[in-house]
Amino acid sequence: MASLSDQHGAPKPKRDPAPSRLQYRLERMWLRPLYRRFLRIGLPAFLLAMTVGIWLSDEDRRAMLSEGIDGLVDKVQSREEFQVRMMTIEGASPAVDKALRAMLPVDLPASSFDIDLTALRLQVLALDAVETIELRIKPGGILSAVVTERQPALLWRHARGIDMLDKTGHRVAGVTSREMRPDLPIISGDGADQVTAEALALIDAAGPILPRLRGLQRQGERRWDVVLDHGQRILLPETGAIVAMERAIKLQKEQDVLGRDISVIDLRDAERPIIRMGIDARNTIRGARGLPLLGLDGQVLPDQDKTGG
Amino acid sequence: MTDLYQTQRAMRNMRRAAMQRGVIGILDIGTSKIACLVLKFDGSGTTREADGVGPMAGQAEFKVIGAATTRARGMRGGEIETMAETERAVRTVVAAAQKMAGVRVDHVIACLSGGRPSSYGLAGEITLEQGKVTEHDVASVLAACDAPDFGRGREVLHAQPVNFAVDHRSGLGDPRDHAGNRLACDMHVLTVDGDAIGNLLHCIRRCDLELAGIASASYAAGRASLVEDEQELGAACIDLGGGGTGVSIFIKKHMIYADWVRIGGHLITQDISQGLRVPYAVAERLKTLNGGIEATGRDDRDMIEVGGDTGDWESDRRSVSRSDVIGIMRPRVEEILEEVRQRLDAAGFDSLPSQQIVLTGGGSQIPGLDGLATRILGPNVRCGRPLRIDGLAHQLTDPSFASAVGLALFAAHPQDEWWDFEMPADRYSARSLRRAYRWFRNNW
Repeated sequence: MASLSDQHGAPKPKRDPAPSRLQYRLERMWLRPLYRRFLRIGLPAFLLAMTVGIWLSDEDRRAMLSEGIDGLVDKVQSREEFQVRMMTIEGASPAVDKALRAMLPVDLPASSFDIDLTALRLQVLALDAVETIELRIKPGGILSAVVTERQPALLWRHARGIDMLDKTGHRVAGVTSREMRPDLPIISGDGADQVTAEALALIDAAGPILPRLRGLQRQGERRWDVVLDHGQRILLPETGAIVAMERAIKLQKEQDVLGRDISVIDLRDAERPIIRMGIDARNTIRGARGLPLLGLDGQVLPDQDKTGG
Repeated sequence: MTDLYQTQRAMRNMRRAAMQRGVIGILDIGTSKIACLVLKFDGSGTTREADGVGPMAGQAEFKVIGAATTRARGMRGGEIETMAETERAVRTVVAAAQKMAGVRVDHVIACLSGGRPSSYGLAGEITLEQGKVTEHDVASVLAACDAPDFGRGREVLHAQPVNFAVDHRSGLGDPRDHAGNRLACDMHVLTVDGDAIGNLLHCIRRCDLELAGIASASYAAGRASLVEDEQELGAACIDLGGGGTGVSIFIKKHMIYADWVRIGGHLITQDISQGLRVPYAVAERLKTLNGGIEATGRDDRDMIEVGGDTGDWESDRRSVSRSDVIGIMRPRVEEILEEVRQRLDAAGFDSLPSQQIVLTGGGSQIPGLDGLATRILGPNVRCGRPLRIDGLAHQLTDPSFASAVGLALFAAHPQDEWWDFEMPADRYSARSLRRAYRWFRNNW
C-alpha cells in the first residue's frame, strides 16, 4: 500500500480561494471612492510633477532641455521641404517691386517658418501705392505676391507739394511738378482729398468747358471753385454742385457767358446767379455813362480824358 | 430583555443608515453554501419594468448589483463549527460580490439557520386608560406579554406581534385608534441559542462588516417562497437545506411557528457514501445528478459509473444502478419528512384554514419529492421557487437561494417587531431626563 500511495505522490494541497485578511482589507479599501481617486489620479500626478520638478531644478538641465528643443525645432524648420528660394511678384511697378523685395525680413533662401506672411502683408499694405496684396508660399519654395496697385486719378496740390491720388482719395505717390502728369486733372485746397469722388464727378460733368478747365479748388473745406483759364472762376454751392455745374454749362451754351469779359460766375445761390464782370467790360459801360474809368486794381483812375485830351 | 431590546434597536438604526447609503449586503450562511447579494436601494417609489419583473407590490425598490456564492466551510448543522474557516468563506464570498458590484459593502443582514430555534406564543393584556388605543398602548401591551423562562443562554431572534384584540374584537392587524377598554395581543417569539448568534456576530465582525439585521433562515425562506395568498391563508414552508430542514408556518402574513429538523441533505450524501462505499464528493455528485425518490423498472438498468482514484482497478471501475441510489435516498428523505410531519403536528398545522405546504431549499430539487411529500405531509404540496427580484442572475433563482432572496425582502421591508415600538416610559429606569420630557409632552 505504501508503494501505491508513493506512486501517486503526496496529494497536492489545493490553493485556498479565500483572500487573506490583508488582501481582503486592501480590496475593501480600494473600493472606497476617495482612496481610489487618490491612488489613481492624485498619486501619479503628484509623482510626475515631483519628478519633473526635481529634474528641472538644475540650471544645466534646464538649459540642456531648452537647447535640445530649440535644436529640434531648428532641424525641422530648416528642412529642404520648407525652404523658400525665390520670390515672384506680379502686377507691381518696378518701384513697388523693389520696395517689396527690400521689405522681406530675411534673405532668400530661408525657411518658410521665418517668414511671417501676415506681418509682411500688413507691412506692404502700409505702402501708399499698393491697394491689395496676396502673399502665399507655393509648393517648390516660391513666395508668390500678387499686387494690385492704386491707379492715380487726380493730382492734389497742397501746402507741401503735389500728390497723386486714386479715385478714393488715397495718396498714391508724390510728384515734383504738374508737368510730370499733364493727363491728370488737378485739385487743390485743404480737405480736397476727402471729396475726390465729387471732384471727379464735376470734371466728368465739365464736358464742353473741359479744354478750358484748369482745376478745382476747394474753398474752406466745404465747396468747390472751378478755375478756368483767363482767370475765370465758377463758384459752386456746397450741395448740388453737379447741378450748378450743369447749369453753368447750359449758360455757356446758350449765352456764351465764358466767352465774354466775365471774371466770376457765382452760382452759390441757386435762386440768384451772380456774374462779376471784367475790368474792360465795366470800363466800356462806365465810358458810355461818362463815369471815370477804373484801373486794373479796381480803383477809379484820375480823369485821363480831361488831362490827356 | 432590555439588553436585547437595545441591541435590536441598534441593528434597526444600522439598517436605516445602510438604506440611506443605498448599499446593503445579504449574507446567507448555510451549511452547504454561502451566498452574498449586494442590494442597491435607489430611493423609494422608483419602479423599473425590467425583463418581465414588474413592480411586485413595491418590493422592487432595490436591485441586486452583486451576487456571489461559494462552498460553505466550517459549518455543521446550520451552526458555525470552525470560526476561522467560516470567516475565510465569508471573506471569499463578500470579496467576490463586492468585486462584481464595484462598491464596498459595510452593512450586512445575515440569517441563522441552526441554533435550536424554539417558538413561543405569548399573550399580553392591558386596560386602556383613555378608552382608545394609542401608539403608546401598543408598546405597553407588547411589553406586558408575560415571557416564560426561555432557558439559559437563549436569545430572542424574532418577537413579532401576530394578533391584536380590543375588547372582544380579535384579529386586528393594526389596533391604533380603536375604541375599547382592554387591549390584548399575541406575540410570536422565536428564541435561538445565544452562542450561535454570538459566533455568527463574531465571524461577521472579523470580516470588518457590521450586522444590520438578523433573521431566522426558515422565516426568510418562507417570505421568499410563499405567495401572498398562502401567507394570508396559512401555509407551511419546508426549507430542505444541507445541514437541516427549516419549518415555518405563516398565517395572516405573520410567522406563527418556526422549527428546525437536524436532518438535511448532507446526511443523505453521507448515506450514499457509506452505502455505496464511494468518496463523499462522488456521493454528492450521484445525489445531485442521478438522485430520485421513486424507482422505476428502467432505473434498474440505468447503470452509473462510480469512478474513483484509489488506484484499485476493481474499485474504480464499479458501476451502480440508479435504483441503488434511490433505494438509499428514499428512506432518509422519508425520515426527514416524518420529522417535519411531527413538527407540524406539534404546531397544530391541521387546524389552519388552508394547509398548503411549500417545499423549497436545495433538497426540494430531488425529482419525485412532491409525490412523497403529498403522501406524508398532506395533499396540498408544491415545490416553490423564491420570488423574483430585480437584477438577480438566473442561476441564482433556484430554490436553494430562497433564504437569500427572503433576506433581501426582509432588508427592504422588515415586519414590525417588538423593538420597532418605543418602549414604555416605566421601563426606562435610568433615563429620567427623557421621562421628564415625556411628562411635559403628555401634560402640556
